[in-house]
Amino acid sequence: MADAARTERGSTRSSLGAFVPRTVIGWLGLFFVGLLVFALGANLVNDPAEFFNVAFIGLTNGAVYALVALGYTLVYGILQLINFAHGDVFALGGLVASSVIITWFGLGAGSSTGEIVLGIGVALIVSVVFASVLNTGIELVAYRRLRSAPRLAPLITAVGVSFILQDVGLIRYGVDFQSTEKLIPNRDAFSIGGVHFPWDKCGVLLLTIPVLLALTWLVRSTKQGKAMRATSQDMDAAAMMGINVNRTISFTFALAGGLAGAGGLLYFIHFTSIRYDTGFQLGLIAFTAAVLGGIGNLAGAVLGAIMIGLIEQFNEGLELYFPGSDWTRSLVFGILIATLVFRPEGLLGERTPEGA
Amino acid sequence: MLDRAGKWVRNAWVPLAVIAFAFLYPDLLPYLDDLPLIGTLLPAVGTVVIMIVFTMMAVGLNVVVGYAGLLDLGYVAFYAAGAYTAAWLASQQFEQVNFHFGSVGLAPTVPGIHLSFWIVLLLAGCFTALVGIAIGLPTLRLRGDYLAIVTLGFGEIIPQFVRNADSIKGFDLTHGAFGISPIDSPGFGEKLHDTLGLPLNYQQSSNRAELYFYTALLLLLITVFVSVRLRDSRLGRAWIAIREDETAAAAMGVPLMRTKTWAYATGAFFGGVAGAYYASFKGGAFPSDFYFNLSVFILCMVILGGMGSVWGAIAGGLFLSYLDQEGLAKIGTELGIQDVPKYNFGIYGLIIVLVMLFRPTGLIPERRHKREMEEGVHDTPFYDVQLEGADTDRDPADD
Repeated sequence: MADAARTERGSTRSSLGAFVPRTVIGWLGLFFVGLLVFALGANLVNDPAEFFNVAFIGLTNGAVYALVALGYTLVYGILQLINFAHGDVFALGGLVASSVIITWFGLGAGSSTGEIVLGIGVALIVSVVFASVLNTGIELVAYRRLRSAPRLAPLITAVGVSFILQDVGLIRYGVDFQSTEKLIPNRDAFSIGGVHFPWDKCGVLLLTIPVLLALTWLVRSTKQGKAMRATSQDMDAAAMMGINVNRTISFTFALAGGLAGAGGLLYFIHFTSIRYDTGFQLGLIAFTAAVLGGIGNLAGAVLGAIMIGLIEQFNEGLELYFPGSDWTRSLVFGILIATLVFRPEGLLGERTPEGA
Repeated sequence: MLDRAGKWVRNAWVPLAVIAFAFLYPDLLPYLDDLPLIGTLLPAVGTVVIMIVFTMMAVGLNVVVGYAGLLDLGYVAFYAAGAYTAAWLASQQFEQVNFHFGSVGLAPTVPGIHLSFWIVLLLAGCFTALVGIAIGLPTLRLRGDYLAIVTLGFGEIIPQFVRNADSIKGFDLTHGAFGISPIDSPGFGEKLHDTLGLPLNYQQSSNRAELYFYTALLLLLITVFVSVRLRDSRLGRAWIAIREDETAAAAMGVPLMRTKTWAYATGAFFGGVAGAYYASFKGGAFPSDFYFNLSVFILCMVILGGMGSVWGAIAGGLFLSYLDQEGLAKIGTELGIQDVPKYNFGIYGLIIVLVMLFRPTGLIPERRHKREMEEGVHDTPFYDVQLEGADTDRDPADD
């Protein structure tokens, strides 16, 4: 009976009907969402231009989070493992990118456009390659042996790996922030009715959107992507169909690592400073985004990341009804908890026994 | 009869010897200090107090993670709840009221709530258990890693709440980033001091560290006793059943939610008592003490010792908190390497990974859990149950 209801819900999840609550808890969740919508509406009426300025900043932050959140969701989709070390792979990728930009190219605000484009391009390649090799190596050394162990074992190992990576960053780069000047100027690319679209924010989107499109193509339309989807559905059956499961998992980790590396570079040039423990906080935020969107679901990760980016910025930038930056982290983790309590499958995810 | 007594002595002499050594440690320390190498590495009595407090937390977390199999990545929230309960009930934080009951070393005119420290310990445990239930009720229906994430969320929110709650509608609940200090001293007051010779006031005593040490040791012994007895109780067997197979346990009539909530409440109680005691020892509750890494640090103690094994949690707790407090610095000095303590969490991370890869059952595994980790719960064949080594009696070494 319960199973029948579940399948029914699963089959209609794309329609709006799935969002109509059926329990008291569901209505309570809807009430919280209503509060949020009300606060947003009040701010929109109060100062529309400011609202959209803040929203655009939130969108670009969300795009950076999305690159990291996708890594969580890719790995979770295939191994059902929350890869706690992912945030630190991202941070190390960003640190390596900072080395390329600061030490190799010595870029600053005064560098010519050609130098900056070349420098960022090289940094992107280096950090992506570095982070994918690192992530694949971690899977090989730490997670592969534990594939048939109880599920707590790899999760705890991932926490351990995360600490090790933080210390690697600490040993190599010290406790100080690696900082750069604004490489992409923040003058307006264009502006519409008092809403500003500065170059640096647009640059982030210009880099992120192609990456996301390429990822979608890779997972949807290539043979390797097909293998990934098959492995995530049923590892044993995939192996019997002749898919090299180990290679597919390695590839997934490489892909996730590459996204994290690109995210690290973007974070560094967007927020201009990064440190060994940056990845931990950002990793948690990105993970929240993945859960909010429905973990294991690629589109969900991007949607969740953008929503988290928006909510963070709304909280810090809008005047009415929001508690302000002191409470940003509480708000983000409150959303995480509320998602898991009210809608464990996330916005776009499918219901699993874990959360039921 | 004699046989049973003999067996009991054989099984119990190691723990008894350890307890005896522990109680004599402050007296033995001056002699042990002269030993080569070991003497320099031994911790001071004040350090041992902190080690014992963390070990209490490890034993408490072991109830949640080890017995019931609920991964809790936010244990530091319970520590914070306990510490702040102590700070609220035994300090000058609430100047609006003036309530004294059994506090020592304070003039009755000092404003604030001042309860006897022993009552505070108990109340801190109870309040924290309530926090545990409050966290548990909405979240415990989630399983596995989802639960871990929710606890992580609470572990992040509560410290930030504590840091920011210095003006909730103008009311100063936690005194913000400064924390609440000083906290009243434990002690027995003049009456008990005169009649029974119990210490008057810990913080103003000349052998402060020793007094805190003996009290901490007693608290730890109580914690361990309760923990072992609980494991063998009906509730403890239900916890272990849930850990091994939740669905099967539910089918056998174990009420999942209630049993899990009890595990949370019990673990939270110990965490709260330990937190309150530590706050008193430090003389204050500070928000900077409560960070995510600490939750993992305590989890690491449980894992290193062996999930579900009380003695493992004690060994892991003492060892890791020793490394954290003094050990790493001293070992670093011995080896001539600087900055070893700076890399403490990398070292713990390495310990976690190595233990998980090469000895997933921990250093002192609980026998039942060891079989679970090595053979898997579901792989036990239905035929020929009397496999070699598949005894149903618990190993005496586990007690």
